[in-house]
Amino acid sequence: MPKTAKAAEPTRLSVRKTYKLYIGGAFPRSESGRTYVVNGDNVALASRKDARDAVLAARAAQPKWAGATAYNRGQVLYRVAEMVEGRRAEFTTLGVPAAEVDATIDRLVWYAGWSDKIAQVAGGANPVAGPFFNISAPEPTGVVAIVAPPSLLGLVSVVAPAVVTGNTVVVLAADPQVAVTLAEVLATSDVPGGVVNILTGRYAETAPWLASHADVNGLDLTGVEHAELAAELERAAAGTLKRVLRPGLGGTDFTADPGLRPMTAFLETKTVWHPKGH
Amino acid sequence: MTVTAATGLSDLRSFLHGLPGVDKVGVEARAAALATRSVKTTSKASAIDLAIRMVDLTTLEGADTPGKVRALCAKGIRPDPADPSCPPVAAICVYPAMAPVAAAALAGSGVHLASVATAFPSGQAPLEVRLADTREAVAAGADEIDMVISRGAFLAGDYRRVFEEIVAVKEAAGAAHLKVILETGELATYDNVRRASWLAMLAGADFIKTSTGKVAVNATLPVTLVMLEAVRDFRDRHGRQVGVKPAGGIKTTKDAIKYLVMINETVGDDWLHPDWFRFGASSLLNDLLMQRTKLTTGHYAGPDYFTLD
Repeated sequence: MPKTAKAAEPTRLSVRKTYKLYIGGAFPRSESGRTYVVNGDNVALASRKDARDAVLAARAAQPKWAGATAYNRGQVLYRVAEMVEGRRAEFTTLGVPAAEVDATIDRLVWYAGWSDKIAQVAGGANPVAGPFFNISAPEPTGVVAIVAPPSLLGLVSVVAPAVVTGNTVVVLAADPQVAVTLAEVLATSDVPGGVVNILTGRYAETAPWLASHADVNGLDLTGVEHAELAAELERAAAGTLKRVLRPGLGGTDFTADPGLRPMTAFLETKTVWHPKGH
Repeated sequence: MTVTAATGLSDLRSFLHGLPGVDKVGVEARAAALATRSVKTTSKASAIDLAIRMVDLTTLEGADTPGKVRALCAKGIRPDPADPSCPPVAAICVYPAMAPVAAAALAGSGVHLASVATAFPSGQAPLEVRLADTREAVAAGADEIDMVISRGAFLAGDYRRVFEEIVAVKEAAGAAHLKVILETGELATYDNVRRASWLAMLAGADFIKTSTGKVAVNATLPVTLVMLEAVRDFRDRHGRQVGVKPAGGIKTTKDAIKYLVMINETVGDDWLHPDWFRFGASSLLNDLLMQRTKLTTGHYAGPDYFTLD
């Protein structure tokens, strides 16, 4: 009896990842059920209702995040930097150059260091003509919507300065796989759920809803390429007197020293008068 | 069944226990199914306005002050000062001690004044005290009285006593509308909710209300469904229409619309009116106003633009 051919070794099917949204510390699909394909991967296509849910999550997380000590927020950002270091291989597989991953980690550590120093630099004691102590202190604006530029370094360079001072953010990401991988880093870095919310998809569809949203306090347009759309979003933001960071104002070369502008863009100055005793 | 002074406890009990049992799984599945309806655009706009007109805007805190009650009354009369087309709420609901303040603030506005009475929320006081509480509230200007039943007596099976107490409070309330709070969160089963609903209606309740808002479990969709079926069956048998008021835990427009869908699907149009259905709520109103603003302005609204209660 002839020997029967041995059954072919079953080929293993690889498990492909769907890149999902990051809202309130969880990774939901879009409520609309929509996806689109980016470089062969399925990516959730965020809708206006996902943006609405993200704002709710950001708003819910904001008081506690702003109330945490500056030192604590710095530690959390430092932790994010550590976790990016651990995911270096994953970022390079996605096409992020090794030098950019280095720069991203350095940028995170740089902002982590600013957490308990920005108040001294952006605030201070004011000399006044009267028997008062007069103190100005920077406070976070609240919920900031960000249209992020592409590249990992660009993304971190707009998110870190907003959150380090106590804002919470809703980010419309340009580079979905990189952004969602960063979200996975954030989810495992002691960043409280809702502090950073990341939506993938077409920002031209979702950004107008965030620009006009009455519960969003700031709008960072760094990633908007079309001047016309940026102007339109700024007009919509004016309806609720949002702080707006125009494209280019936060810097376009992300490898350069960012300066304080990205942080101060979403800070409010509170000034307190206190009577001086004798 | 008509209950008179001659009706014995055993007759009352056999009537209440003779009511068909509630299919727990069925009623929960039905309520969950009705909660999946999508209500959009113009239907949503009219649902929101109807829900605002059905709100019993409530403040029942130990920390209530005359100032807070006056502010609440102003809000109830004109919920959205920026939009005159926004309808007023149905009623303001306060403790009896605050009823005189609210009565003065609401005079001539058309907004009703509801007062909880009868040793709200526990009801654990002598009957005389509870009746005096009721009379005080009516004398202070309340035209709706929200009473609590003695859950202790009900759960002990002393239906006759619960019945007589409701009759006595109804008498003390006089012309004021009587809402009977069953506190369904403490009644343990849907069968008990159905029995308590019938008992309250037989005793003369104008409204049956789910909860005080002071216990762990407040209004839920299935409980309200059981109560809606009870008022429907009661009208079929006795020809008198009784209103329903879920209270506590209804915080969002989405929740409110689920209740409206349920009314429409179970008891029909007759109950889709503030005279026959109310929401006992406080934070719900702001969410309704935010959704209303979203529909009129086309952009999402934020809580910063509405008063804190």
